[in-house]
Amino acid sequence: MDASLPAHMRPERSFQGFILALQRFWAEQGCVILQPYDMEMGAGTFHPATTLRALGPNPWNAAYVQPSRRPKDGRYGENPNRMQHYYQFQVIMKPSPPNLQELYLKSLAAIGIDSAVHDIRFVEDDWESPTLGAWGLGWECWCDGMEVSQFTYFQQVAGFECAPVAGELTYGLERLAMYVQGVDRVYDLNFNGREGDAKVTYGDVFLQAEQEYSRHNFEVADTTMLFEQFKMAEAACKKYLDAGWREGGNKKQHLMALPAYDQCIKASHVFNLLDARGVISVTERQSYILRVRELAKACGEAWIHTEAGGAA
Amino acid sequence: MPDLLLELFSEEIPARMQAKAADDLRRMVTDKLVAEGLVYEGAKAFATPRRLALTVHGIPARQPDLKTERRGPKIGAPDAAVQGFLKATGLKSLDEAKIQRDPKGDFYIGLIEKPGRDAIEVLAEILPVIIRTFPWPKSMRWGARSGKPGSLNWVRPLHAITATFGLETEEPDVVKFEVDGVAAGQTTYGHRFMAPDAIQVRRFEDYEAKLLAAKVVLDPERRKDAILTDAKQLAFAQGFELVEDQPLLDEVAGLVEWPVVLMGSFEPDFLATPAEVIRATIRNNQKCFVVRDPKTGKLANKFILVANIEATDGGATIIAGNERVIRARLSDAKFFYETDLKTKLEDRLPKFEQIVFHEKLGTQAERIERIKHLAGLIAPRVGADVVRVERAANLAKADLLTEVVGEFPEVQGLMGKYYALAQGEDASVAAACEEHYKPQGPGDRVPTDPVSVSVALADKLDTLIGFWAINEKPTGSKDPYALRRAALGVIRLIVENKLRLDLYVPAIFQSLFFADRTISAFEKDVAKKAASLDFVEPGLAEKLAERAREIARSDRVLEGGFDHYHALIQDLLAFFADRLKVQLREQGARHDLVDGVFALGGQDDLLMIVRRVEALGKFLESDDGKNLLAGTKRASNILSIEEKKDKRTFDGAPDAALYGLAEEKALAKAIGEVKTEASAAVAKEDFAAAMSAMAKLRPPVDAFFDKVRVNDDDAKVRENRLKLLNEIRSATRAVADFSKIQD
Repeated sequence: MDASLPAHMRPERSFQGFILALQRFWAEQGCVILQPYDMEMGAGTFHPATTLRALGPNPWNAAYVQPSRRPKDGRYGENPNRMQHYYQFQVIMKPSPPNLQELYLKSLAAIGIDSAVHDIRFVEDDWESPTLGAWGLGWECWCDGMEVSQFTYFQQVAGFECAPVAGELTYGLERLAMYVQGVDRVYDLNFNGREGDAKVTYGDVFLQAEQEYSRHNFEVADTTMLFEQFKMAEAACKKYLDAGWREGGNKKQHLMALPAYDQCIKASHVFNLLDARGVISVTERQSYILRVRELAKACGEAWIHTEAGGAA
Repeated sequence: MPDLLLELFSEEIPARMQAKAADDLRRMVTDKLVAEGLVYEGAKAFATPRRLALTVHGIPARQPDLKTERRGPKIGAPDAAVQGFLKATGLKSLDEAKIQRDPKGDFYIGLIEKPGRDAIEVLAEILPVIIRTFPWPKSMRWGARSGKPGSLNWVRPLHAITATFGLETEEPDVVKFEVDGVAAGQTTYGHRFMAPDAIQVRRFEDYEAKLLAAKVVLDPERRKDAILTDAKQLAFAQGFELVEDQPLLDEVAGLVEWPVVLMGSFEPDFLATPAEVIRATIRNNQKCFVVRDPKTGKLANKFILVANIEATDGGATIIAGNERVIRARLSDAKFFYETDLKTKLEDRLPKFEQIVFHEKLGTQAERIERIKHLAGLIAPRVGADVVRVERAANLAKADLLTEVVGEFPEVQGLMGKYYALAQGEDASVAAACEEHYKPQGPGDRVPTDPVSVSVALADKLDTLIGFWAINEKPTGSKDPYALRRAALGVIRLIVENKLRLDLYVPAIFQSLFFADRTISAFEKDVAKKAASLDFVEPGLAEKLAERAREIARSDRVLEGGFDHYHALIQDLLAFFADRLKVQLREQGARHDLVDGVFALGGQDDLLMIVRRVEALGKFLESDDGKNLLAGTKRASNILSIEEKKDKRTFDGAPDAALYGLAEEKALAKAIGEVKTEASAAVAKEDFAAAMSAMAKLRPPVDAFFDKVRVNDDDAKVRENRLKLLNEIRSATRAVADFSKIQD
């Protein structure tokens, strides 16, 4: 931890200071620090900086905060740690560096978790995303019995083998910050690190949003519109994919993988909303997941035919 | 002789894979050594979260030299053959070959000497192959090399290999090999946090000692012992008792290299939640042990955690952190439990209409209806109250939809009982919610309350009949729906509760649930077979027909005729017979006695089968039994020879007028008496008495064979005597088919 930081910027005092400390740490490891993707998504993994960039041979090191929307996890602001909107901090390094575990442990030290007094453990947890056609092996990282991060070596994304393999770290920011700040309720987190009148809590920023979105997600979200949006996003994704293929010399190239993938992200989020509204039956659920996966796979296929995807 | 030390140092290996991996490593290396002619003295393998280690001691320094002879061409064979022989044997000229005389001519014999290689060379060859082909249940690629084909797959990234070989008295050599950029050497690392520096090792003895100094306990058994001893002491010191949990201990020992046992507590208020839920929460989510009060046996508000470090603050931070997580987890569990209590079990049932039990077997709601129906049929047969049984069958699955069971599937049934009691259900009904899943395996308790027994039988029988109806029976090692276990459950429920239960009637009714075509054939069939069905149970034919009409009205339809269902249930009953045979054999009963009883046919009363087998076993231990068996076998043998000769059977009553000898008359008389007496005893299910009646046959049978020649010259007398022999056989069939029994 940086001792020269003013009190209100210290990661154990301030949620934003906590995020800044992580960003700074990973910037020092050579990551590009991105800003959140401007679309609604269920996890930081959906960000094209992870899903698409994990594919192809080009090196890629990035870190970013991604707001994650899980409509079903809304609790009207009444649960101390479950929310339909929260932050993930995502790190992706391709190829996975040999000292990724050490880097991860140093990042914990940078946010005030000292491995001399905390019990840090790597507990088996294989990761799989049926909607992304992706899987990897790794761990959930425990700090004193609490899961604080996911650590995954991506083996496959969008149905394609990762070559080389990327290492992915996902920190649950609120949960870690609650631990470091010593609060039991997420809304009590000190957001800006100030005290007294100047103090802004997580609740000040997000409690009303949690209440409103819970109502929206469970009770009111317009299902007719959402079903329509799903179909439209699916059709648009396919349309952009079809339109993007070019014969460049003797190689196939794709010129619109990213816009097409946006529609895949859209379809996935719309599906999550429909699921929260309880209008998708058990059998239909599987077929929706498969439909999103097909889009993700087709986008992955397109991506590896782009320049950043390694098609020189 | 020299020793091998091998260590594969990696990122954290999943706890559940460690024991098997250590064993695989030992087996693969030693098998390969033996195959290479290197017979070793001993080997031991170890695993920690970050390493697999193997020591093999007493390996010969060199392989033995191998001498083999190779037969070549005949003397004077064409040059091409000679050249080929020289090339294959490595001989310079035919002068170096021997000549062997043979009836077919003289042949060249080449002596090939293969000098043994140094063991270290052999190791350098076999170890990388073993590493590359190691059977991890799941393995992965990593790092820059994973961009190219053929990169190493390991359970998690492999960082270092230690491989040394040498005598105790000398500086050992490194076994020189490389796998995917990792070269074998003598460097390993200590505990991730407490002693992360590199360590130079020579051989197993200093390796293990240096690791210990670097806060790594290599041997998982030592880690387990340490955890168990410390946990017990820590609990004891505070007046508690550790709730031992072997699978948890195994897992926890695989999560730490340096176990440090600490105790934490939680608010006593949480103890209002059922103990099983508290334990499941603490165990599954947090991998911690629970403790109890030795006086009351009740859980205490304490838990025991196993950390991987000796923290500089004595563990205070670690305990506080774990307490926070456990508090949060327990509040979730408590919240789930309290939420569950707000909804009555029966109010959850409509949801089952949305949940598919099996694609071809309908929804959970349909299954519950079927279980209820079948349990209702079984109830009067086992002396249970039908109202209670149907109530229990209706509620027994409802807890599957509760929050607590959603979170902890292993407390299914048990939660059903808690929730049933909480909503004021009858004690038997509540017990059945838990017990209807039992017995789960050969070691599990068999319920005795008739309500539980009825629902437990119905639950298992419905599963079996359903999967039989869609032809998904277990085959070989494949039994994805655990149908063998279900059948064994039925057997144990019946036999251990000493139930008289003809499974056929309830089963045939139940099978109609799985019907799907027109009923007219079925009705006609039942009408045709009315007499024989009514013999099974008065009015059965009409009841079946009525049931078929009911099904037709509910817009489902019956496939095939009655025979279809009859055959299905017969096949299922034969499966029970099979499982019972296995069960009886496992309990030490002679399999031929079991076969002898089953050969009688129509045995669907499992308890009677068991009793017959028991009585038969006792009888055949007596002299009377042994001799009667011999006599019966002799009669059977003669009969089968003569039946073959005449191409006919000798059924039918013998003609008393044709008896010439006193022994014939005596035997005929005895058979008559024994038949009556034995059948009466069998009817009373007194198999011991039936056996003693049988024993009376022995003297006349012995006398008959002594004095009477069966194959008399008079064809009529011969036929009559053969008929008499047949009568012996049929008399003994009152208890078993003696021809299946071995001497």
